[in-house]
Amino acid sequence: MEGNIKLITDDGLRLDGRAFNEMRPVKIQTGVIEKADGSAYIEWGANKIIAAVYVREAYPKHAQNIDRAIVKARYNMSGYSVEERKRPGPDRRTMEISKVITEALESTIVLEKLPRAEIDVFIQVLEADAGTRIASLTASSVAVADAGVPMRDLVVGCTAGKADGKMVLDLSKDEDNFGDADIPMAILPRTGKVVLLQLDGNVSYEEFNEAVSMMMNAMPRISEIQRDALMNKYNIEEGE
Amino acid sequence: MPMDSNAVISEIRKNFMLESIKNGKRLDGRSLDEYREIKITENFIPKAAGSAMVELGNTKVVAGLKIEQGEPFEDSPDNGVMLLNIELLPMAFPTFESGPPSEQAVEYSRVVDRGIRESKMIDTSKLVIESGKTVWMIFVDIDVLNYDGNIIDACTLAAVTALKNAVIPGSKIGQKDFKLPVNATPVSVTMWKLGDELICDANLEEEQVSSGRITVTISEDGHIHAMQKGEVGEFSLEEIQKAIKTSSDIGNKLREKYLR
Repeated sequence: MEGNIKLITDDGLRLDGRAFNEMRPVKIQTGVIEKADGSAYIEWGANKIIAAVYVREAYPKHAQNIDRAIVKARYNMSGYSVEERKRPGPDRRTMEISKVITEALESTIVLEKLPRAEIDVFIQVLEADAGTRIASLTASSVAVADAGVPMRDLVVGCTAGKADGKMVLDLSKDEDNFGDADIPMAILPRTGKVVLLQLDGNVSYEEFNEAVSMMMNAMPRISEIQRDALMNKYNIEEGE
Repeated sequence: MPMDSNAVISEIRKNFMLESIKNGKRLDGRSLDEYREIKITENFIPKAAGSAMVELGNTKVVAGLKIEQGEPFEDSPDNGVMLLNIELLPMAFPTFESGPPSEQAVEYSRVVDRGIRESKMIDTSKLVIESGKTVWMIFVDIDVLNYDGNIIDACTLAAVTALKNAVIPGSKIGQKDFKLPVNATPVSVTMWKLGDELICDANLEEEQVSSGRITVTISEDGHIHAMQKGEVGEFSLEEIQKAIKTSSDIGNKLREKYLR
């Protein structure tokens, strides 16, 4: 299957018309789930994902940490979110994604500020079109901030990969399915430290570095969209 | 050994460990990128189609293969199937429980699986019996018998060894038995961050003190086939690049010594 599908056209563009280092459009809105303590809705290309955060006393009591909060992110896909119906409930892929998202969030939340608490992050993927784990984490980070949870930084993520032997930013569904590598990464933008990194496929050391630098260039723009989403909730205009 | 995976290690011991690692020496005397003694017993389970027991220090795992006929996946009628699963047996550690796999077990399985699958170690197109109808299915079951850190590398070593020894039971369908065709030898090298240092092959105590884990799987072509940052913690880009270099160097040595 691989190699049979042309992912880069003769004029050097990708199938959806993007350049190698071009992102799909990203939109984030906060405060979309009224009952939750914090929430965010993200549209990242054709991905549509909601993250909602509840902060509460951990239950049962013996599960509490007396000196810090517990974080639990749960990534869940709707049955209608993908081409073939996704059977509801966790599977091995979604369990792994929940784990890496939880760990990335835990690396930025100031856990000691909320002893005995549990921070539940519920992620619902309504429509999936490649790059859902990163879109989910990017939205979750905004939702956690929206809930007023103390954080060191707003985690931001991006993906890069390899299609037709070329390194490309923000893989499309076709590039994800038929490409040669997929590299999701998330950082804390103020320090540039990496809190999520996965890779599968086939890349050389040089190609990996190329992917990382493309992602590093793209992430400030996504950070800005995250911050604007939080500010918009309070109708704060830039520069006011 | 602490009785609980979340056990509190005393501050004194933790600081002693970090101080020692800062000076390039670990509490068990190893250097930072040194593996514990590795013992591989090939064909440990003769009833399996391929098998290996791997002892990595006190960490002990067994990988066993079963190869059976089955239906290919609808979207890839001309490819055989490999399924890999790691069981964290309750005997292996006080807090491991029976029942459905934990997040930890699922993550480990998927990281080991990715490294082997993406390196194209197994050419699944050579496992077709009748296109779209029947293919060989390779079930890789790995049991963790004792957990003293670094499950991912122990399991990758065990799975790769078992696959290299595997025999496909062609005689069951009137052909000859034949060796599973193998194209690459992926090696995973997992590193943990302790203070500002990266160490290879952490034992349990080191895992508990660490802030972040990173696995890099490389095959003999020098290309990266799987990477996973795990656990809470953060890595700088320089640390990640160093981890890739270390994985390449150490991986080559491990391949040379144990997987020829």
